[in-house]
Parts: sequence; structure tokens; C-alpha cells
Amino acid sequence: MTPPVVAPSVQRSARDPLLVVAIVGVVLVYVRALMFTPIEAMQGPAQKILYIHASAAFIALYVGFVLMAIASILYLWLKDEKLDRVAESAAEVGLAFTTVVLVTGPLWGKTIWGAWWTWDARLTSTLFLWFIIVAYHLLRGAVDERGRRARYSAVLGILAALLVPFIHLSVYLFRTLHPMPILLKPSAPSMPSEMQVTFFSAFFAFLLLFIALLRTRYRVATLRDQLADLEQERA
Amino acid sequence: MVQAERLVRTFSGRRAVDDVSFTLHAGDCLALFGPNGAGKTTLLRLLAGLLAPGGGRALVHGVALEAGPAARAQVGLVSHASMLYGTLTARENVEFAARMHGVPDAAAAALRALAAMRVEDRADTPVRTLSRGLQQRVSIARAIVHGPRLLLCDEPYTGLDEAGAAALTATLVERREAGAALLVVTHNLAEGLEIATQAAIMRRGRFVRHEARELLDASAYQSQYRELAAVDG
Amino acid sequence: MADARVSLPVNVPPSTLGAAWLVARKDLAIEFRTRTAFLSAVVFALLGVTIFYFAWDSTAVSAVDLAPGVLWVIFTFAGLLGLQRSFGSELADRAIDGLLGAPVARESIYVGKALANLVFVVGILVVTLPAVVLFYNLPIGAGILALAGIALLAAIGLVAVGTLFSAMAVNTRMAELLLPMLSLPFFVPIVMGAAQSSARLMAGRPVAEAWPWLRILIAFDIVFVTACTLAFPFTLDE
Repeated sequence: MTPPVVAPSVQRSARDPLLVVAIVGVVLVYVRALMFTPIEAMQGPAQKILYIHASAAFIALYVGFVLMAIASILYLWLKDEKLDRVAESAAEVGLAFTTVVLVTGPLWGKTIWGAWWTWDARLTSTLFLWFIIVAYHLLRGAVDERGRRARYSAVLGILAALLVPFIHLSVYLFRTLHPMPILLKPSAPSMPSEMQVTFFSAFFAFLLLFIALLRTRYRVATLRDQLADLEQERA
Repeated sequence: MVQAERLVRTFSGRRAVDDVSFTLHAGDCLALFGPNGAGKTTLLRLLAGLLAPGGGRALVHGVALEAGPAARAQVGLVSHASMLYGTLTARENVEFAARMHGVPDAAAAALRALAAMRVEDRADTPVRTLSRGLQQRVSIARAIVHGPRLLLCDEPYTGLDEAGAAALTATLVERREAGAALLVVTHNLAEGLEIATQAAIMRRGRFVRHEARELLDASAYQSQYRELAAVDG
Repeated sequence: MADARVSLPVNVPPSTLGAAWLVARKDLAIEFRTRTAFLSAVVFALLGVTIFYFAWDSTAVSAVDLAPGVLWVIFTFAGLLGLQRSFGSELADRAIDGLLGAPVARESIYVGKALANLVFVVGILVVTLPAVVLFYNLPIGAGILALAGIALLAAIGLVAVGTLFSAMAVNTRMAELLLPMLSLPFFVPIVMGAAQSSARLMAGRPVAEAWPWLRILIAFDIVFVTACTLAFPFTLDE
């Protein structure tokens, strides 16, 4: 009778210190945004959603997606499983952040423009990005064999990265040729310094959160794969 | 001439082919026996260029496996599955294979191959209407139409009736005499030993026995094989 | 057996394009032997075009304005039907192993199948376009030729992406669902480019207005035909 298998190097109740710091950071930014930042004249308190919305949007697209794309290219070149796990984790955390954008966007829009959805260029592009990342996860879910799953995901990741500029181009072209109701844009350059500080703090806090979640998700993926290997050895 | 040196192939951490080496000269036939899961099919797929080795190398008539297309040109594969297109006729299937290999006068070559396997009278029948045994014959015709120098057969006698088995043995012998090397995986020791010049037993990715046929006594080999295979469970 | 030793032929494997052409011919031979998939796709397209007409208030929106949108959406879904069957015949009896064992570059398999799919999709268009002209009362003129040209560009993009994804989807558990889910986000720039440019050209607007959209379509085709051809070998189990 073989003794029960214990997965190596698991710290039972390890809490990633970075995750704690990140969450504390986000909470602090919220407090600052809600209590200590002036209310914007034209949009009212709803403008404060911007601090979450814009940060999440930026990070989801540029950090999450780009990381996923780069990890995909490197995986096809180096065939290192770790890179596949990085891509997987970046895609999943990116999906969470993108969902935040798609939820906060309409909330903000309803308050500012009176409509939940106006096919605003950036929000529409983000919607398509969301579809792409969902497709990425569906693909991963549909392939059982690890090597093939990694290869397929990497191919999709790279093609998706190539697609994003086309989506942006098409949506922006559509928007400029189809005049939409005049929007109140977030006036980034002329933000008073207090707002700017909150804005950048929010961005930094969310970036920290992204990295912390990425690391946690990566650990989960590593443990899952190690477990699968051990189970197969036993079989 | 086929030279395999320390071939390795891993799947999810497990070595399906583990340090396999052998040499086949023109006219050699290696009969490969072994229990299910021993790695025989994987070895064949490596030599056919369908899988890339994780370690080691192989040369087919001087061309390394890494050379890709140039190595694949020399190899013919007969596997469990028929590798045929059901909607197309036997002739169309074999002709397609001939053209993909660049055989001159593909149509005539296809007919010759079908005739060698005694199935030329069904040349214009859609393959999916043929019995399993006849499909197997067409599949073998497809594998030999380009005159491969290395013919890999994965349990080729499965599903063949007496006539088909006779046609196959005749074709294999003809290929050998034309200077090709053969590697035949089979569970039927008698059939395998009949055409072999070398015999090997594969277990867990390794060749646990490998010797020239003439040194073997068929009945003794059979009982030894049963012991070896039984150990695996 | 006198000729036995001489009988080993000197084979000259086809070039990559030559092999692609052989694969395409083979796929088309299989397809037109049964014609089921093609006919199903055509019937689907015709039905779709007709049903859409009744889904709008024809007094509020003129048929001519509706036509481009309908055409391209239906074209996309009918195209998907065609793409679904692309790799099915290769897996059924492991015929793909025969292709992979051939002395040709792996890319030729992709190019060949994409070519066959292109013929398939163009075939659907050949039936659907006249149907749209007929049912939606489109004015026949130079605009129709432009429409055909745009259709070809759109078909190339559709087939480039769809063939690659069908190579992957066919190996998964939910092939029929997965192919549309993977492909549709990629079809967005194609449908937008085709619909917007054809709408403008059919309304008689100057080419300069349609050009930005056409540029997106052409750029998409160039980028993705290249990318998918390069990516295809990675979808193979080696």
C-alpha cells in the first residue's frame, strides 16, 4: 500500500504578503477617493468611479493582455510550462479586471449620460476584449492534455494580441463616422492636483493588486499541475 | 539502412520511448513485440516523422529525422487506423498519397500498389463501403505506393483474412527484396517471426530483448515472451 | 522479381504550393462527392436572408439600407458552417497522419485546406449575393461588382482565421461550439469593414468614403493570412 501522497512545498496557511499590502492599498485609495478628494464640478460624485474604472481598464489591457501575449510567444519558442501558467494567470486576472471595467463603465455612464450603454469606443473595444479572453478560457477548458492546451492557448493568445489593434481601429472609425451624443470626457490634463494624486494612487494600488492576484493564481496553477503529475505517477 | 540511436520521447513526464537504439540494413525486418502501452506505436510514429524525438536521433538511409520532409519521403506507415478518406475511392486515396510523395505517373503507381495487395478490382469503390479487411489492404497499398525504404507496420495483420494476410506477407517480402527495411509491430509471434530477420521485445519504452532471428527457436521464444509480458500485468 | 531492385522510383515531392493545391483538390473532391455540407450552408444562407427581411419594419427601414448588414452577418454564419467540416475528414480514420507523413512542409496542409474553404465560401456567396440583390431590390450596377470584390476580401479573412481555429477545435471536446466562440471576435473587423464599405459603395457614395474600411479589411487579410500560416504548425501534435 503506497503511503498517501503529499504535495511538496505547500505552506499550509501562507498568505502572500503582497496581496495583503495590495488590498490595504486599494482600500486606502477608496477612502481617499471618497472622503479626501474633491467632487468634480460637472459630473458630481459619480466621477469617482473613474478611479476604479480607468485604472482597471488600463491594467487589464496593457499589463494583463500584453503579459499574456508575451508569455504566449515565449512559450511557443521555449516550451517552458511556467510560461503557459503565467499566460493562464494573466488571462484570468485580466478577465476579472475587464469585467470590473464593463460593470463600472455603464454605472458611470448611466449617471453621467443617462444611458447604460452608448457604444462608446473604449467601452466597446473592452467588450470585445472581454469576449476574446472568455474564448481563451473556453479553449483551455476544452482541451485536456496539458501540452496541447498550452500550445493552443499560446496560438490564440498571439492571434488575439494581433486582433486588438484591428478592433480598436474599427471601433474608433465607426465612432468618428457615427456621431454619438456629446460626452463629458474625463478631463485628465486639467485635473486638480488632488485628483491627480488619487488617480495615480489608484492606478498604483490596482497594479499592485493585479500583480498580487497574478502571483496567487500562478501558485494555484503550479500546485494544480504538480498534483496532476503526482497522481499520474501513482496511476 | 536505418539507424536509431538512443531515441527518447516523453509524454507528461513519462518516457514512452526510453533510450531505444537499433540498426536495420536493407532487407532487414525487425519484428517488434511487447505488451500494450510498451511504447511500440510511439516508436513507429517517431520514425515516421509524426512525432519529434525528445532525445537521441535516427537516420533513414542517411537522412536524419530532423531533416523533416526529406526523411519522411523514405518512410511508409501502416497503422491501426486506415488513414483513408472514406468518401473517396481506393484508387483516389492511393493516388493522392502517390502525388503527395511526388511519384511519377501516380495513377499507374496507385494501380500497381492496389494490385500488389490484390484489391485492384475494388479500385473505384468508396473506401467506407469496403470491409475492414479490404480497407486495411488499401491502407497498405497507400503506404507502399511511393516505394519507401523504411516500411513501418503497426499490427498490420489485424482484420486480414487468409487471402489478405498472404497478400501482405508477399508484399512485405517483395519490399524487403527491393532493398527496403521493415519494422513490424505485431501481437502474433508466429506471423512476426515468419518474416523477421531481427526480433525485439519492448517493455516500458525499452528494448528488453533484441536479437537476430536466426539465433532464435520459435517455441522457446514464445514461452519466454509470455513470461516477460505477464510480468507487466 | 527481376526488376525489383530497379523499381524504387525517383520521387520528386511537390513544392509547398503544389502540395497545398493537391490537398485543396482532395478536399473539394470529398466535398462535392456528397455536397451535403455545401447545400446545407446554402439553404441556411438563403433562409437567413429571407427571415431577416421579415424581422424589420420595412416601412421604417428600406430594404436597401438593410441589405449590407444582413448579407455580411449571414455570410459569417454560413461560412462557419462550412468551416466546421474542414478537418473532420482528417480525424475520422487518422487520415491526417498520412498528410503529416508526406514529404511536404506542414504549412501546405493549412494553405490547401484554406483554399478549399475559400472555394466553399465563395460558392455560398455566389448563391447568396444574387438572392440578396433579388429580395432586397438592390440596384444592379457597378456597385454589385464592388460588392463581389469586397466579398472576396472578406472571404479570405474569414477562411484564414476559421481554418486555423477549426484545426484546433476539431481536437477538443466541444468542437461545434468552440469554433464560433473562437472565430467570431476575429470576424468583427471583417464584418465591420465589409458592411460599412459595401453600404457606402452601394449607396453611390464616393470610393474615398469606403476606403478607410477597405483598408482595414485588406490589412486584416494580409496580417492574418501570414500569422495563421505561421501559427498552423504549432497546432499539430509533435
